[in-house]
Amino acid sequence: MSEVLVLAEHHESEIRKVTFELVTAARALGTPVVLWLGPGCGDAAIAALGSYGASKILIADSTDVSDHPVVPGAEIVAHLIDSIQPAAVLVASSADGKEIAARSAIKSGCGIITDAVEIATDGTVTQSVFGGSTIVHSKVTHGIPIITVRPNSISATESPASAVVENISIGITDSAKLVSVTKRSVVEKGARPELAEADVVVSGGRGVGGAEGFGVIEALADSLNAAVGASRAATDAGWYPHQFQVGQTGKTVSPSLYIANGISGAIQHRAGMQTSKVVIVVNKDSEAPIFELADYGVVGDLFTVVPQLTAEIGRRK
Amino acid sequence: MKIAVCVKQVPDTWAEKKLMAETSTLDRVSPDGVLNELDEYAVEQALQLVEAHGGEVVIVTMGPERAAETLRKAISMGADAGIHIVDDNLAGSDAIATSAVLAKALEGRDFDVILFGSESTDARMSVIPAMVAERLGLAQVTFAQKLDIVGTTLTAERVTDYGFDTLTTTLPAVISVVEKINEPRYPSFKGIMAAKKKPVEILTSADLGLDPALVGAAAAWSAVADFAARPPKPAGVVITDEGSGGTSIADYLTNSKFI
Repeated sequence: MSEVLVLAEHHESEIRKVTFELVTAARALGTPVVLWLGPGCGDAAIAALGSYGASKILIADSTDVSDHPVVPGAEIVAHLIDSIQPAAVLVASSADGKEIAARSAIKSGCGIITDAVEIATDGTVTQSVFGGSTIVHSKVTHGIPIITVRPNSISATESPASAVVENISIGITDSAKLVSVTKRSVVEKGARPELAEADVVVSGGRGVGGAEGFGVIEALADSLNAAVGASRAATDAGWYPHQFQVGQTGKTVSPSLYIANGISGAIQHRAGMQTSKVVIVVNKDSEAPIFELADYGVVGDLFTVVPQLTAEIGRRK
Repeated sequence: MKIAVCVKQVPDTWAEKKLMAETSTLDRVSPDGVLNELDEYAVEQALQLVEAHGGEVVIVTMGPERAAETLRKAISMGADAGIHIVDDNLAGSDAIATSAVLAKALEGRDFDVILFGSESTDARMSVIPAMVAERLGLAQVTFAQKLDIVGTTLTAERVTDYGFDTLTTTLPAVISVVEKINEPRYPSFKGIMAAKKKPVEILTSADLGLDPALVGAAAAWSAVADFAARPPKPAGVVITDEGSGGTSIADYLTNSKFI
């Protein structure tokens, strides 16, 4: 069976959930071979990757890889495409993932498809585009398919395998080292889940009325172990930080449950959450377009409805 | 400092985006075309850089005839000139080909900085800046939320999932910026009038020495097999709060096994 190259998405030793989704998708196409760039692939990571079916883990850990963004990774992926001739290359749709995929595509002469939500065994990719309004089936027609996968779209399932670990050392060219990383800064996000990975997202919009109002949104999110999102209107007004913006120019999320509070649901916002499995809406305005997306909606004041909901969830837990 | 800003005309945010049955490409005719919103931040950054360092800003776009109005719009923010790459044989080009075309137009012109927005609101791939850097062999500094240039040294903050990385390199460089980086200015009336007279170079595929077999829909390295509108969601239940709206949602969550 052909091998499928998977680029692990991780922050030091912490494996991002999407990596397990990639390995799961890879199993349907061939034997998963995971490429780990940089440090952090210890016993725990190896065991975790193995439990999702990784048969081989290639670790490329060197200062060349850690000290320079994107391009060394792309050179390594291109090298492996050439030496392994995988059935496909799967990468997460993150900033690094997309750019490594993009540059490898050019280096190796391979077609690239981004933001897949499903990959069939024959290599047909499903994309959900234009804010989720259109479902597209597409395929790479030139070279080995390089596919970036949208987090939270494919369910990760375990399939234990015994992973063979190999440290690889691939020469990196000078042109891959034009840019240097001089510092990595971690911005404390607190204990809430990552928006792109979260199973449940609770958002606030213009109806929240101000930064203080977001306390009510956060309390509901915490009662459900959810991530907090915000509409463009709320982040532009400075009521909540930009990194939590859900929408066309913000993050795209696809959680099992999305609760939209005080959000009108204009296209700008819908584009970021339209593929959520279940949508609950709370809004004072019965004409708000977002009610068209609601599986369940309440027309009312979010400052009455949401605290009542939060309290009730607390009682039922 | 000589700066190029690559921009794209995209369908208006508020318009319905549709693929056309015959070509499986985006209908760029029916909706109004606007300057890709995230490109405004790139144009603004370019203008701020020449305000600080002196120099000129050239707006570059690859697009059909009607992209000319978007090019002028970007120039009206305060740029000095434009380059419009337009040719029927470019229609349906994928990112691979588009990056090749842009690279051809940009090379040999001694740009110190080539700026992009972080993604287009239609395709949302976020790959063009990296691909152009790859083709030109230039330093790539993308998803920048902060930029500082002193002499030829560029320092930037690149947004990451966990925070940001501080990067450093020397010019020339390909840069993409995120929304956070600045507040784009509105074109002034003076800028709009002046834009009409700014020089715009028109380039065809032949002018760029491009093999027509390597661009356009037929040359794409991926293809759409089929597409369809997402089936409409069955209408949900909407009630008016009469004192127990919150509780009713909790009931819904319990019935759907979320809690």
